Amino acid sequence: MNAGRVVRSVWPPIVFGVAFLGLWELAVVVFDWKPYFLPKPSSIWSAFVDNVSSIHSAAAYSGGNALVGLVVGTVLGVAMSFLLMRFRLLNDMISPLAVGLNAIPIIVMVAVFNIMFAITSVTPRRLMVTLVVYFIVLINVAKGLRQVEPTHMELLRSFAATPSQVLRKARVPNAVPYLFTALKIAAPVAVITAFVAEYFGGAQDGLGQRITSNLASSRNAVAWAYVLGACVLGLAFYLVSSVLEGITNKKRGIVPGGGTR
Amino acid sequence: MIGSDGDRAVDDRAVEAVAVEVEAAGRVFNAGTSRQVDALVDVDLVVGPGEFVSLIGPSGCGKSTLLRLVANLIEPTTGTVRVNGKSAAEARLAQDYGMAFQQAGLFEWRSVAKNVELPLELKGWDKAQRRQRAMEMLELVRLADFAEHRPWQLSGGMQQRVAIARALASHPSLLLMDEPFGALDEMTREHMQAELLRICGAARTSVVFVTHSIPEAVYLSDRVVVMSPRPGRITHVIDIGLGTERDTDTREDPAFYTKVTEVREALRGFQVDDVADAVREVVDG
Repeated sequence: MNAGRVVRSVWPPIVFGVAFLGLWELAVVVFDWKPYFLPKPSSIWSAFVDNVSSIHSAAAYSGGNALVGLVVGTVLGVAMSFLLMRFRLLNDMISPLAVGLNAIPIIVMVAVFNIMFAITSVTPRRLMVTLVVYFIVLINVAKGLRQVEPTHMELLRSFAATPSQVLRKARVPNAVPYLFTALKIAAPVAVITAFVAEYFGGAQDGLGQRITSNLASSRNAVAWAYVLGACVLGLAFYLVSSVLEGITNKKRGIVPGGGTR
Repeated sequence: MIGSDGDRAVDDRAVEAVAVEVEAAGRVFNAGTSRQVDALVDVDLVVGPGEFVSLIGPSGCGKSTLLRLVANLIEPTTGTVRVNGKSAAEARLAQDYGMAFQQAGLFEWRSVAKNVELPLELKGWDKAQRRQRAMEMLELVRLADFAEHRPWQLSGGMQQRVAIARALASHPSLLLMDEPFGALDEMTREHMQAELLRICGAARTSVVFVTHSIPEAVYLSDRVVVMSPRPGRITHVIDIGLGTERDTDTREDPAFYTKVTEVREALRGFQVDDVADAVREVVDG
């Protein structure tokens, strides 16, 4: 991508964003909205600057929970997808359940985990993130391991490949893009889950907790400053996973938006 | 040492005797259900060493099934299939044949050279040896300059040539091809046919070639096997005999047209029935 195209694709959202913030600021002043209804962007920004170090540490706490859950969930999801691949019966028992569980709002489990484990510890929150990530990774990677092109399977059979060779030469490489797709979906979800898990009570260290406690004490601009911190953190997770996905796609000649070159 | 040389002599004689020997082979899919299909019934086929045999016929005539029986990708329900004097399964495990499909089926995460190396890698060849052989093969299909490219950087015709190089990498005496040029445009297709004859002529490779195209079958083959559907069976075997030196002029030769006509006549009889059958199936069902 050349500089001209970058500029062309970047200026419309920037102009829109700036205009939006300007209108927001103007509306609050003109209509005399009270801060508890909607604070001005400028006061959110100054609250952000004033609290930057505690926003940073809260982001590190929530982000840490999200990251631990993301890593553990990914490892477990990948491990399980290999087991399902290896044992057909297990796959037939678990796959429909996994798909079903993925469709229910599993976040409500936090309340249960809070009772099962020490509510003030990080365990319930990390466990929640792990669980959510686990299913996303499991479903995608299992699909990647199974959906090898029929021509590839026939070829490998014609070359007298052993099952372990089929796994190493075809199934695993085939599953790699599926893993990155799963990570791209799971990364923002991990962050969201980490925040939402904090709304169910527990330690007062994370972004989610800070947002609720500041709202409770009518420090709305500060609460919004923490919301801003949460946006930045979610974006960071998403960007890292998209960059990783971009690298693998480039190696395989996959153009973003589907298809091959 | 002497013993092993002796074995090889025996093997060579077997290879010289016959590449493929199909005897009274049949294949039924979905046996015993309402969807039972007699894909292949009572098929006999012998392919001699260095011989090029095409299988032609309408969809559902069992030509791909027959090729897959020879390749041991599926098992016959009845009859026997022998390749190079061994059972089809033994021949497959010994990598006695190479195979190419309509889709090039290249592994997109491997470079062109690494794709050609794959069968050798599976056989446990060391790295230097297999790289050397892959380069020889790419030389043969005139793609040596593209060894480090990725498959998606190549045109369809080039990808198919890589697939042929891969099929030939372990120097099999038999090549099994399932409509390998089916997805290519006419010009590329004719060029690829000439290349295939050159490559197989040089290595004296026997070929079983599945195709839909009458001119392709006539141009390439020593013999054309015409098959018919429901149930899949061989109806005609036509000797072509256009000689070993075939070029673009061959395609304009009266003898070429005579053979094309002969194959077309052989295909015609049941193709009309086949269409009528299909229409009846749609109307009735």
